[in-house]
Amino acid sequence: MSSSAVDARLGLLTYKNDHESHISIKNQDVCANQCKDKPCVALCPAAVYTWDDVKKNTKVQYENCIECGGCRMICPYLNIDCHWPRGGFGVAYKYG
Amino acid sequence: MPDDIFDAVIVGAGPAGSACALTAAAGGANVALLERGEYPGAKNVQGAVLYAKHLDAVVPQFWKDPSFPGERNITEQRVVVTSGREDWINFSFRGGRYKTEPPNCFTIIRTKFDQWFAKKAEEKGAQLFTGVTVSEPIRTNGSVKGVKTSDAEELNAHCVVACDGVNSLIAQKLGVIDEWKMDEVAMGVKEVLAIPKEKIDDRFALEGNEGLTIEFFGSISQGMIGYAFLYTNKESLSLGVGAKLSDLRRKMIKPYDLLDFVKTHPLISRLIKDAKPLEYSAHLIPEGGLHSMPPLYGDGFLIAGDAAQMVNPTHREGSNLAMTAGHLAGQTIVEAKKNNDFSKSALAAYERKIKASYVWPDLWEHRNVEKNVEKDPSILEVYPRLLCEAMYHHFTADDRPKKEHKKETMKMFLKERGLFKMIQDAWRLRDAIG
Repeated sequence: MSSSAVDARLGLLTYKNDHESHISIKNQDVCANQCKDKPCVALCPAAVYTWDDVKKNTKVQYENCIECGGCRMICPYLNIDCHWPRGGFGVAYKYG
Repeated sequence: MPDDIFDAVIVGAGPAGSACALTAAAGGANVALLERGEYPGAKNVQGAVLYAKHLDAVVPQFWKDPSFPGERNITEQRVVVTSGREDWINFSFRGGRYKTEPPNCFTIIRTKFDQWFAKKAEEKGAQLFTGVTVSEPIRTNGSVKGVKTSDAEELNAHCVVACDGVNSLIAQKLGVIDEWKMDEVAMGVKEVLAIPKEKIDDRFALEGNEGLTIEFFGSISQGMIGYAFLYTNKESLSLGVGAKLSDLRRKMIKPYDLLDFVKTHPLISRLIKDAKPLEYSAHLIPEGGLHSMPPLYGDGFLIAGDAAQMVNPTHREGSNLAMTAGHLAGQTIVEAKKNNDFSKSALAAYERKIKASYVWPDLWEHRNVEKNVEKDPSILEVYPRLLCEAMYHHFTADDRPKKEHKKETMKMFLKERGLFKMIQDAWRLRDAIG
């Protein structure tokens, strides 16, 4: 339910994606060993974050990012480095 | 990038930045307006209702400009209080006086507005640079003297104005704010929905360019501090919902699931029937208010708009505060140029202007509203439910005399909330209304 609820919505958006990510997880061990409920996975409005239970790491689909900046505050361990895409890259709202 | 030294580099071409650039340039200052999006508005999200008075101060008689991208003039404003999924109460005010030009407020499509506004600043001589992300301010002897961009270029200036929004990188790098805490911001998610003009007019009882806004409170926010909104544009509806980030965290509700919860509400689903989604967006809204406001000026810098937490959430105002602050920052730059003094003491004039305007008193009056609600968030759920129950008793005819219905309503209020608690609630919420 949730993934289709967000995928269709992101499909409406225009992006100019950079080849390099503007988001990184500072330390994957923190996600694997300390973070219990993965709020970034639940709360990111663009489903940028998914938890890979096999590899035990947080996957980052930076191409989805709509640049709200919430993840930096949501992460209880301040373990997400989300800065802005380079000039002109990222999401480009048509309505806003 | 030009090598000359600007009087001001203004970061962010939103309402604060463009107002600042326009006013400063019109007063003879040499200003650069930087925007990280491909065009102004590319990164910006708003409901969006804009207030005319404060735009008029920056662009006099803007409504007479044929290129002005206003949507509908708001003539009616409605509040809907919801209880559960099936009960709701409507309060609506339609003001005949709102029909005259200029309107009190009007809806806009933010990206169109931001492009128009930045163009107005350019017409006054401001230099707009799009696709430029600032990486950090340049400091010389403790004073801010320009910015570095993510492409490692430098722009030199006598001062820098941070109008870079809720996630103000400039303010963070200047060390005047830390990361916001989750209870200092709300997350809003929104859709723009296409629907023919005639359907909007019929569905909302509007004519010509009249517009309606609706804010939904109560069960719609699932116990979180927040509300949903539905605004009429010319040929689209803006539907969104916002809640404190700390509340979303506590409830672990996905923002787009909350949006679906809103869209499927029996009243809202009827109002948006057959409307086709054009765009989905999400943005943070600063809601810390005066308690979270950073220092507004320093040696060679000023801060305006969302970057300075200038939002009055109980009145859904923010972009007007930003325009006013940008305008006042622009005036301050013109004066600083005239006196050739961009020091901290010279730029302090900006804060004095803010305090003398409506911005400061409004933020002061509302500084504790959200904190007071947070002390007992059940207010958000209990009163909508009790009000709907009271309405139910008022309108229901059965075998019992009206007197008994009244008695039962009174008993219900006293049992569920109690006299003391109700007085306390009224006291806590006193600044929210008015």
